[in-house]
Amino acid sequence: MLGRTANGLFWMYRYLERAENTARLVATGQRIALTRNRGADDEWRSILQTAAVNESYNEYYPSLTQDSAIDWMLRSEENPSSVFSCVVAARQNARMVRTALTGEVWEAVNAFYMHCNSVLKRHLPERDIPSTLIGIRQRTALVRGMTHGTMLRNDIFDFARLGTFLERADNTARILDVKYYVLLPSVTLVGSSIDNVQWESILRSVSARGGFRMEYGGAINSRDIANFLILDKRMPRSLAFCTSKLRDNLGYLTSTLNEVPPSYSQVECIKKNCLMSGIESIFEFGLHEYLQHFIMLLGNLSRQIEIDFQFCD
Amino acid sequence: MPDIQCFDEMWTADGTIRHTYQNFLNWFEQEDPKRLSRKQSETEELFRLTGITFNVYGREEAEERLIPFDIIPRIISARDWRKITRGIEQRVRAINAFLHDIYHRQEILRANRIPKNLISENAAFLPQMIGVSPPCDIYTHIVGVDLVRTDQGEFYVLEDNARTPSGVSYMLENRETMLQMFPELFSQINVRPVQTYPIDLLRSLASSTPSAISSKPTVAVLTPGIYNSAYFEHSFLADEMGIELVEKQDLRVIDGHLAMRTIQGYKRIDVIYRRIDDEYLDPLNFNPESQIGVTGIFDVYRAGHLTIANAPGTGIADDKAIYSYMPEIIKFYTGEQPLLKNVPTWRCIEKDSLSYVLDHLPELVVKEVHGSGGYGMLIGPTSNKREIEDFKNKLKAQPGNYIAQPTLALSTVPILAESGLSPRHVDLRPFVLVSTQGITVTPGGLTRVALEKGSLVVNSSQGGGTKDTWVLEE
Repeated sequence: MLGRTANGLFWMYRYLERAENTARLVATGQRIALTRNRGADDEWRSILQTAAVNESYNEYYPSLTQDSAIDWMLRSEENPSSVFSCVVAARQNARMVRTALTGEVWEAVNAFYMHCNSVLKRHLPERDIPSTLIGIRQRTALVRGMTHGTMLRNDIFDFARLGTFLERADNTARILDVKYYVLLPSVTLVGSSIDNVQWESILRSVSARGGFRMEYGGAINSRDIANFLILDKRMPRSLAFCTSKLRDNLGYLTSTLNEVPPSYSQVECIKKNCLMSGIESIFEFGLHEYLQHFIMLLGNLSRQIEIDFQFCD
Repeated sequence: MPDIQCFDEMWTADGTIRHTYQNFLNWFEQEDPKRLSRKQSETEELFRLTGITFNVYGREEAEERLIPFDIIPRIISARDWRKITRGIEQRVRAINAFLHDIYHRQEILRANRIPKNLISENAAFLPQMIGVSPPCDIYTHIVGVDLVRTDQGEFYVLEDNARTPSGVSYMLENRETMLQMFPELFSQINVRPVQTYPIDLLRSLASSTPSAISSKPTVAVLTPGIYNSAYFEHSFLADEMGIELVEKQDLRVIDGHLAMRTIQGYKRIDVIYRRIDDEYLDPLNFNPESQIGVTGIFDVYRAGHLTIANAPGTGIADDKAIYSYMPEIIKFYTGEQPLLKNVPTWRCIEKDSLSYVLDHLPELVVKEVHGSGGYGMLIGPTSNKREIEDFKNKLKAQPGNYIAQPTLALSTVPILAESGLSPRHVDLRPFVLVSTQGITVTPGGLTRVALEKGSLVVNSSQGGGTKDTWVLEE
């Protein structure tokens, strides 16, 4: 496979994952705005932070409103991480690696793009937002389904998975980090009654409400949530789960090589140093420090993959 | 009913159905017109989804456009196809012999069959190719011959495309679409398949490897990139052949060989099907400004370590000024009379011709010698006085830049218009593959159709559409 093709696949799936995550964040924000009158703007601030688009937002808008925050995250062509920009970028990459994709995957991506091109081109009235978000989620699911159902399990698939799980792990780490900032006063008071809506918003942002309830019942506390999203190996968006997938796919890719490339050693290190100890020691280390470190390691891993597999000249 | 002045391929002048279309008509008359127009609009959705688009240069807002597809097939009888095939084979044989000669001994110039300055002063002639022999001595692996059918139904060659002819993906996708839309038609009518083209192409590319290759050769398609107008076709062909689609940034010359950067390091390429013009192929040997070419690729080629398809310098054979000499060229190299006729052509560089052309502009079509895509041409009958006056000045300023031809009454085939079947002018581009085993013409081709009533311009860049092209079994 060409290095450029690996690069295109990696980024195509990163962008698809990012589009989905951003859409989910918007859904969460809107829901909180609907269920609470006060503090909705703060909520949007933290959501922009989570998506790492807060600073760029401030450059384009004088003040924070729900309407412009949603616009910035869903539709803006100025924001490279908006759903629209991500879908355009995913499709551009798909076009570049068209020969590595099955017809089904290509058509699903292309249809996603065509869909966004029609629904995200004009301003969205508030009442259309829920159905628009559902449409986006369904189309990302279709691409994923086609990927799973039609693609060979070869190196092409491995690069697609690497992109998906790097982006996903990064997203989960960010959500947890930003939300903990917002919730900081209550976190320090272990056992105090906490704002359930806020905690729920964390779970909603990673589609984990159902899974969490199944595992821990109705009561929500910070320790359990952190444990669930960081260390639970069965939770498909947890850092442990994403890391183990990254390790698997890197393992398949490197199994034919004579020597183990640095990226594989890096992912082994992440597993050993960050995911083997219990949640207590993570709290001891400092959750914020831990998550920032994790995000940095993911960034390093992404760069190392690009080098190991000759993405660029 | 069809315009009586030109040849309609479905109906005779007195309104009876031609034998070729009889079975199709039987089917058509049984169909609900509403269902058919619904199918017609479904095709657009299908094409958009599969991404069968082309990019139009210089139009930001419409980066990717569809070529409209018309569901009424263009049908060619087995007998007509036999004639076409024989004519094309002869022509392509002559073109390859001509190219070899013109870059070696230049016998045809010594014999004074064509003027020397036509070669020496021609921008399409590549001096770097003098004395270079391509692997297996094949210059044009892929050729597209543009045919038109006029008054009495005879086929004429309008143009030879010996550089990088495009459109073959439309031939294949049009057929795919028809198979999906109307499977019943294909069980009722025996249409020859075109789907073997990608396999044939790969075989033909892999057969003409540099001599030193002993194992299975590595073949790749070279594209300028996703912004090229024909990118869809480049990726489509690479995909169908199961080979890599490479760009400049993937390639490098290493130890005298062309190599592509894979995830496990650089890998040698033996045969490259390039979809880049000569000029941009290699900034070291040709245009130094090229952003899409590979530095040193021509040196690898000259050393015999790479097959480039088509060979650099083939443009001299499809130059419009050379075109007018094709009958001479065919006779010179094959010793035979041309089986397919040329359209009569005035070379404006010749004084008598120029004055004739200047006097008869309103009835002629004038083309730029190096132009393509229907740009920079004058269609006399549909131009106004001012356009004609403007063109006269261009002609006088640079007569060598132009040729003129009579306005041809292109044959018509019906399209499905709102009111039902309605005739439109068409042309035909069959695709030809040359390999060490011989010349193959895929039974079918790209039929381009001028969708506007009465229009003679079939170019997709100017509002033309396409049809599926059926060659009937014997």
